[in-house]
Amino acid sequence: MSDPNTHRKIRWHIIVFLAPAVLVYTAVMIYPLFNTLRLSLFTEVDQQRVYVGLQNFRTLFGDTVWSTQFWNALGNNFWFFVIHMLVQNPIGIALAAILSHPKLRFAAFYRSAIFIPTILSFVIVGFAWKLILSPIWGIAPGMLDAVGLKSLYAPWLGKEEYALTTLSLVSVWQFVGIPMMLIYAALLSIPDEILEAAEVEGITGSAAFWKIKLPLILPSIGIISILTFVANFNAFDLIYAAQGALAGPDFSTDILGTFMYRTFFGFQLQLGDPHMGSTIASAMFAIILIGVCLYLFGIQSRMRRYQF
Amino acid sequence: MKISTFTGAMLATTILTGAAAAEDVTLTIESWRNDDLAIWQDKIIPAFEAEHPGIKLNFTPSAPAEYNAVLNSKLDAGSAGDIITCRPFDASLALFEAGHLADISDLEGMANFSPVAKSGWSTDDASVQFCVPMASVIHGFIYNKDAFEELGIEEPTTEAEFFAVLDKIKEDGNYIPMAMGTNDQWEAATMGYNNIGPNYWKGEEGRLALLAGDQKLTDEAWVAPYRQLAKWGAYLGDGFEAQTYPDSQNIFTLGRAAIYPTGSWEISGFNGLADFEMGAFYPPVQNAGDTCYISDHTDIGIGMNAATANPEAAKTFLNWVGSSEFATIFANALPGFFPLSSAPVTLEDPLAQEFISWRGECESTIRSTYQVLSRGTPNLENETWNASVAVIKGDESPEDAGKRLQEGLASWYAPHQ
Repeated sequence: MSDPNTHRKIRWHIIVFLAPAVLVYTAVMIYPLFNTLRLSLFTEVDQQRVYVGLQNFRTLFGDTVWSTQFWNALGNNFWFFVIHMLVQNPIGIALAAILSHPKLRFAAFYRSAIFIPTILSFVIVGFAWKLILSPIWGIAPGMLDAVGLKSLYAPWLGKEEYALTTLSLVSVWQFVGIPMMLIYAALLSIPDEILEAAEVEGITGSAAFWKIKLPLILPSIGIISILTFVANFNAFDLIYAAQGALAGPDFSTDILGTFMYRTFFGFQLQLGDPHMGSTIASAMFAIILIGVCLYLFGIQSRMRRYQF
Repeated sequence: MKISTFTGAMLATTILTGAAAAEDVTLTIESWRNDDLAIWQDKIIPAFEAEHPGIKLNFTPSAPAEYNAVLNSKLDAGSAGDIITCRPFDASLALFEAGHLADISDLEGMANFSPVAKSGWSTDDASVQFCVPMASVIHGFIYNKDAFEELGIEEPTTEAEFFAVLDKIKEDGNYIPMAMGTNDQWEAATMGYNNIGPNYWKGEEGRLALLAGDQKLTDEAWVAPYRQLAKWGAYLGDGFEAQTYPDSQNIFTLGRAAIYPTGSWEISGFNGLADFEMGAFYPPVQNAGDTCYISDHTDIGIGMNAATANPEAAKTFLNWVGSSEFATIFANALPGFFPLSSAPVTLEDPLAQEFISWRGECESTIRSTYQVLSRGTPNLENETWNASVAVIKGDESPEDAGKRLQEGLASWYAPHQ
């Protein structure tokens, strides 16, 4: 005759079901993350690891040898991000809008074709584009020549003023499928009733996109922006595959990821320094954390949501 | 009696085979020379294994640019191979100081090497040796003999002749005068600056003076090579800014370029690719009759992982690497990598003979940035890559480049402060 509500049983199944994911995530993400943060507080003196507090950060921001490299990498990283925001995401949204048009034929084919580069390895993309743009074997000079625009060609990847923008656009080409797919899904989830009601009111065509669809997909655009931000500030692979760890020419394509790699693992005669490398990694983590927090508390929480 | 002898013999064989089987160890060799995989597997390993039954070798190279990073991670994790191919100077010295490379000063084979040959792999006071010197590479210029004949030009010996030759090739227009790009950066420093530089700073004399702090990178001897590099830009192919190292190799071996500034390590690869006759000349001197200096750089050594489970077998192998037998196999299998041992070696490849003959004509030195000077931050070697590229592209004046490098070096290197 006991009341079932008086003592609640421990619900073991919750723990059991959560355990694998929590354990794996802790082992491969949380632990390395905190260990990296910890490592940035140490340095090596005579083969001994010594605790130095925030000295490494002082070196990174105070010593001009380090700080000029850091600010250069951060600046390049911002430019990399700006190009993605200005080119990749608008094109992704436009493609999604076109694809969701009910009268478009072969929509499935276009969707797959545009999405395919996303699943390619960075190495393939990096080398393929390096070859396409090569002044010696590449098809880019030939193609421009064919339409009489040979004068526009330059060895883009070898010129300081163009290299980073070129690589950003290659990255845009590779990843434009992601915003397209996310927006496409968001557009499909807009109920037809709303669009029909709008049509009755006389809002059709592009007006319907700007006044009805766009406000409804804004939350998705927000998510895409933050994903782009995180991915761009963690980027490394494409630059490394195309330009190597020295991120040439003259460090014009050096971003935080390549700077961190070079410092952590060393390069050619430069010996690896795990402690300074971790310091840079911690700075990257802080930058991404601040960016994500600004978004979460500044934008996401104020965004209006519509329930259907 | 007969039976017992027989049984004894049987027993003895069992014990012997048992011992042999127990002794059958496999040594894993870490290396960045993935280009040499076939040579190790077809020539070097069989020759060693035939002589040393019971020791098997496994050659496991990784990509050159990643080698240092990969090796360091493997050593720290305890998963590295028994035998470690050693980069010269600080990279290996750091491994020794971290306790990853064993002290092999007592190895018998070590007697076959001169102090200069050993300098790349000993402690700063030369008291401890941690790798057996294996090979050096010589810098110079390889050229297309057919192209030179066609244009009626000859090997230049002075700087003036060198630029006259380049002008003539450029004028003719059939060939790109020189195949080099700046995309990968290191060629500009290694095949440019450190190739032509020794003639200006007088080889070892200047290098040691720089080490001691008696000369500065802003001195004429160290800026002049940049001045010559600044003139190179005009003779490189279209779009050289984005031309990579493999691009340059292909341009030259396809016969599209006449001259290729390089090192002897290309010989074995080029022999199989180029269908024209190749010749070589050493870096032209400033005035006729000047002593010539060549960069004869200690490049490859081989040592023992201090944590190896088979130190005896590893030592046997290292001793063999120090022998003249290995030197002969290696030098002929890989023409262009010249053995450092004092043991006499006969070379068969004509191009390799040409390169090694300069040892008699010119004074040898090693690359200026390798010993000690690339220990600090900023790293002088990496800075030299960057400066050489900037000078060739005309983005930085030779004087500014020298000044920047000197400032960087002085910021951490006591003799320059």
